[in-house]
Amino acid sequence: MQPSFWQRMNGASRHQLPLVLTLILMLVSMVPTRLPDFMSISPMLTVISVYYWAVYRPDLMGYGSVFLIGVLEDLMAATPLGAGPVSLLVTQGIVMSQAKFFRGKSFAVTWWAFLLVAAAAAVAKWMAVALVQISVPSGAAVLATYGMTVAFYPVVAWIMARFQLAILREV
Amino acid sequence: MKQTTPNPNRLNHLRMLVSRFAFIVLVVASFALMLIGKADTMLVERVRTFMSDAVTPVAGLLSQPASTVSAVMDNMRELAAIREENSRLRDENARLLRWQTAARLLEAENDSLRGLLNFVPGPRASFVTARVVADTGGAFAHSLLVTAGGRELVEKGQAAVSGEGLVGRVIEAGHRSSRVLLLTDINSRIPVSVGNARARAILAGDNTERPRLLYLRSQVRVQPGDRVTTSGDAGAFPPGLPVGVVTSVDDGDVRVEPYFQRDKLEYLRIVDYGLMGVLTDIDPGASRPSASGDLR
Repeated sequence: MQPSFWQRMNGASRHQLPLVLTLILMLVSMVPTRLPDFMSISPMLTVISVYYWAVYRPDLMGYGSVFLIGVLEDLMAATPLGAGPVSLLVTQGIVMSQAKFFRGKSFAVTWWAFLLVAAAAAVAKWMAVALVQISVPSGAAVLATYGMTVAFYPVVAWIMARFQLAILREV
Repeated sequence: MKQTTPNPNRLNHLRMLVSRFAFIVLVVASFALMLIGKADTMLVERVRTFMSDAVTPVAGLLSQPASTVSAVMDNMRELAAIREENSRLRDENARLLRWQTAARLLEAENDSLRGLLNFVPGPRASFVTARVVADTGGAFAHSLLVTAGGRELVEKGQAAVSGEGLVGRVIEAGHRSSRVLLLTDINSRIPVSVGNARARAILAGDNTERPRLLYLRSQVRVQPGDRVTTSGDAGAFPPGLPVGVVTSVDDGDVRVEPYFQRDKLEYLRIVDYGLMGVLTDIDPGASRPSASGDLR
């Protein structure tokens, strides 16, 4: 039986979940937390989100959406234009090219792999920023941000998994 | 039968090729964006201000719970330490009252000396107070979004000041929002004077919490604890705004800890000192004496 118009609409709008969640995470990462010394090493939440969806539902977020998210992030965060998309594309590119490896892996293995992917993403962004500004920003701060990103992965992944179960179970 | 089996494979292969092609094209596009960002800064700035105007109301809503939670936490912390706080404040009050007398005396003396010298006062500063709704960039850029823009007469180049001292300057002013570049950002360069000798230097951010002093003359001895204030050179800021304290001097690498605390910034004053930035020159004689009269 052919799905009706509304069924298809329902499916299509549910399929926007990864994009919408990533955009929300981008806004959340801009909220001034009143924690001492947190903001200058705040985790790269969008990298976590892009990684998560590339691993678990690679069909829902293409390179185009990821590029768009990166550009929006650069525009809002006043980072050099182009640095965001490069780091997010690197994240997704690595996962997509190793799709066979990620299939059906346990959480621990995925987290461990994220350790490597996030390193690549952080280095890519760092180099892009250095390239545009022709001066190298502090490596220590970037290293700390990387550590925070890896540490935040389980929390964000857990939240993403809740949403995935609630909204994308059948579609 | 023979024709149906290879078809899905070929389709998959084609899909993979298209995806790889898209990846390469988008990576190239990112580098193109970097070039555009370098070449046409006006265009990029206009898009940025549009975006920050659009996102500021949302960010304002999002930042509300965070500040409520922190207010509650602060309240509890203050309640716990209220007795010690009280006695500390009483001591401080006594000390400040003595300073007030000194300040009154100096003010009167200053006034009479100005009268003698026919001193021309600098332009009067006006300011707007704005709420900080977003803190962006993480380790890669240090900037804030605040809820005041062109309609509140905020302009590019104006100083952003908190209760403690200089925070940064406005780099983009939209209609209802503007972006403040913190003095810790890698793009921030602020002319400052250091210590009692008032040695000139440039305070340069590098995306850490402690910016560096550049172009300090080698004869000048700088020690940890020296106060850093704006020098007023280049007319970017008025002289004498408190900036921070020298924390470490290590073989030419002088680090300054700014007075402002990034996590405590909830409201900022965007101050228009009537200085037109680095493009117009101001009368140095008119602005310098006012700086030497500040109390420490």
